Amino acid sequence: MTRVLKAVWPWLLFFGLIAAILYGVTADVRWDAVYKSLPRLFEGALLTLELVGISVVVGLILALPLGIARASGNIWIGALPYVYIFFFRGTPLLVQLFLLYYGLSQFDSVRESAIWAGSHVQTTLDLGFHRWALDFKIPGLREPFVCAVVTMTLHTAAYIAEIIRGALRAVPQGEIEAARALGMSYAQSMRHIILPRAARIGLPAYSNEVILMLKASALASTITLMELTGMAQTIISRNYLSTEIYFAAGLFYLLISFVLVQAFRLLERWLRVDALQGR
Amino acid sequence: MTFDLNGFGGVLLAGMLMTIALALSSLALGLVLGLAGALAKTSSSLPLRWIGGGYSTIVRGVPELIWVLLIYLGTSSLLLHIGQLIGRPNLAISAFAAGTLALGLCFGAYATEVFRGALLAVPRGHREAGLALGMSSPRIFWRLILPQMWRMALPGLGNLFMILMKDTALVSVIGLTEIMRQAQIAVSFTKQPFTFYLAAAGLYLSLTVVSMLVMHFLEKRAGRGFTRAAR
Amino acid sequence: MKAQFKTLLVAAVLALAGCSDEGGDKVRIGTEGAYPPFNMIEKDGKVTGFDVDIALALCEKMQVECEVVTSSWDGIIPALNARKFDFLAASMSITDERKEAVDFTDPYYTNGLQFVARKGQDFSTDKSALKGKVVGAQRATIAGTWLEENLGDTVEVKLYDTNENAYLDLASGRVEAVLADKFVNWEWLKSDAGKDFEFKGEPVFDNDKIGIAVRKGDPLLEKLNTALKEIVADGTYKKINDKYFPFDIY
Repeated sequence: MTRVLKAVWPWLLFFGLIAAILYGVTADVRWDAVYKSLPRLFEGALLTLELVGISVVVGLILALPLGIARASGNIWIGALPYVYIFFFRGTPLLVQLFLLYYGLSQFDSVRESAIWAGSHVQTTLDLGFHRWALDFKIPGLREPFVCAVVTMTLHTAAYIAEIIRGALRAVPQGEIEAARALGMSYAQSMRHIILPRAARIGLPAYSNEVILMLKASALASTITLMELTGMAQTIISRNYLSTEIYFAAGLFYLLISFVLVQAFRLLERWLRVDALQGR
Repeated sequence: MTFDLNGFGGVLLAGMLMTIALALSSLALGLVLGLAGALAKTSSSLPLRWIGGGYSTIVRGVPELIWVLLIYLGTSSLLLHIGQLIGRPNLAISAFAAGTLALGLCFGAYATEVFRGALLAVPRGHREAGLALGMSSPRIFWRLILPQMWRMALPGLGNLFMILMKDTALVSVIGLTEIMRQAQIAVSFTKQPFTFYLAAAGLYLSLTVVSMLVMHFLEKRAGRGFTRAAR
Repeated sequence: MKAQFKTLLVAAVLALAGCSDEGGDKVRIGTEGAYPPFNMIEKDGKVTGFDVDIALALCEKMQVECEVVTSSWDGIIPALNARKFDFLAASMSITDERKEAVDFTDPYYTNGLQFVARKGQDFSTDKSALKGKVVGAQRATIAGTWLEENLGDTVEVKLYDTNENAYLDLASGRVEAVLADKFVNWEWLKSDAGKDFEFKGEPVFDNDKIGIAVRKGDPLLEKLNTALKEIVADGTYKKINDKYFPFDIY
């Protein structure tokens, strides 16, 4: 008997878990409430994607000079980026969000400046052959969305800078020397050889960071943003069905992260990342 | 702008102790789950691989905040059922336990990958040597594989621990009096958010520095007797 | 190595033991702790406020030993149902929605919802004047619900996890007005941060009855009601009332 049990216990565990989940799922769960909440959760998911999309792209742009400075090996150039990276990697995103959102609003000097209220741009762009009338508003820190995006961007830039630094360091020495031997300047070797190579080395880590940012976006709900988690909390505050709604929100996140993972896999295949790893 | 903590320094430090306690207990749980997950993922039995893979993928795909909220708020009816089953109708889950479970669950999901990598990096020959010596499977694992795995998993685990420590801030949303919540309480009294959130940031930075030092020491100790691989 | 792992396992189990049977003899009072002057946390960590004082007075009358447990507002009803505490004294309004989840005692004070906004700023409470304004309230309160139901399509509603954070944003100008319980507003307007603000218009929702919540079917309800009648009759209630407010709030 014990021998049979020893052989079969993984299957028992597996089906036991499935049964437990099915029981939990079918026993007095208010599916109608979940169904009703889907449109609002979808709205929230769109805002989540906006937040993540902007912060990982702008974060990458911001991180490039930081990462290059850090990888240069020169103590003086790398010092200031190091302080920035140390602060943003060493403190939780929640603290950074609150510092920016509530903390900065404490100061009159901030509130009276343009970065608070944003600015209304109304100019005409005269390009000789065509005149463009520009009229748009740049939102300021007064908007929670701006605060969230700025904080998330600064936060992820610190991590991406370290990824870039690691990737730059990992570029095979031989390729750098070959570039120099061919007479390329620093800028040329960077542009044609080193950066593309580093991009392929760093891509898996960058994709990881994007997924982490997706999950971090849930924190934006703490500064009144109606992204996926914030929307879920608002719905629950009316119907008290925490299990059902958080479960639904969790499914949304799983779906988004699945799509992102697959997208990055395709990107890695397109850029031939694994072929260059040379294991 | 004044950096006077208005007497709330003690409250913040109490919060720091809670943060450390939460981080350590989540670490304990997470290491156990991570090891179990890695063993499941590399085992020869298919359903175990599914469970390990499912655990790792699902938990890593959902934000930690959702896990904290789900486990604290969403399990009340579940606990009532379980409580009735085991004859303890008062079964409740404290904010600390919910935080530990959630953070430990998340840590374990990432630790599964770290342990798995380390497990696979131990040469097969070691296991075979153990078998040749007549050691039983569990003994091979405890005496031969795990000590070597540990050394290789340490940097990854250290990283995950520092992330864990920052994630403890999330448990403030369910009312646990760790650093962030204490800071919010102080802010509600003094109306000086910048001062207190900056102080909170400072506390987290100091915890980060201490962990980095501990990690450095642990890695040195685990790596004694091993020459460093070429840079 | 094995010994270390064993200690780890023991530590993990002990950590989960925090998921303990919260029974015992003490009756636990649940409250938020971020709602001055009704419930707030002092510098030394003690929870005080009108709600807490009333609850402790009730305990004295019922001759039970009580302790105060705080919780975030968002999860306070699920926490009650999950037996994290035995009754809620957190300025919770009696609403039909909430009655589906918990039982309420007789009311222990009457509240109203009122807007606060910057002094001198024109702010009338009729719908047409409010179009496009940004108004804040605490999530999962009747203020938040009222805003969403009555002005949800006219104003931009911002919901906060605590009332404090709503006031912070009011002071910094992110929201133009906050809708909250009039006594909580009154307390905030007295403070340094609220000195440039004032009540706007009459309370939009008066006669809001505040009760103590218990789990459905809990016999504690009757005991609390009896004790409540007693403290009103023998003047304890008035004493506590006068400690916090120069007016009657029953």
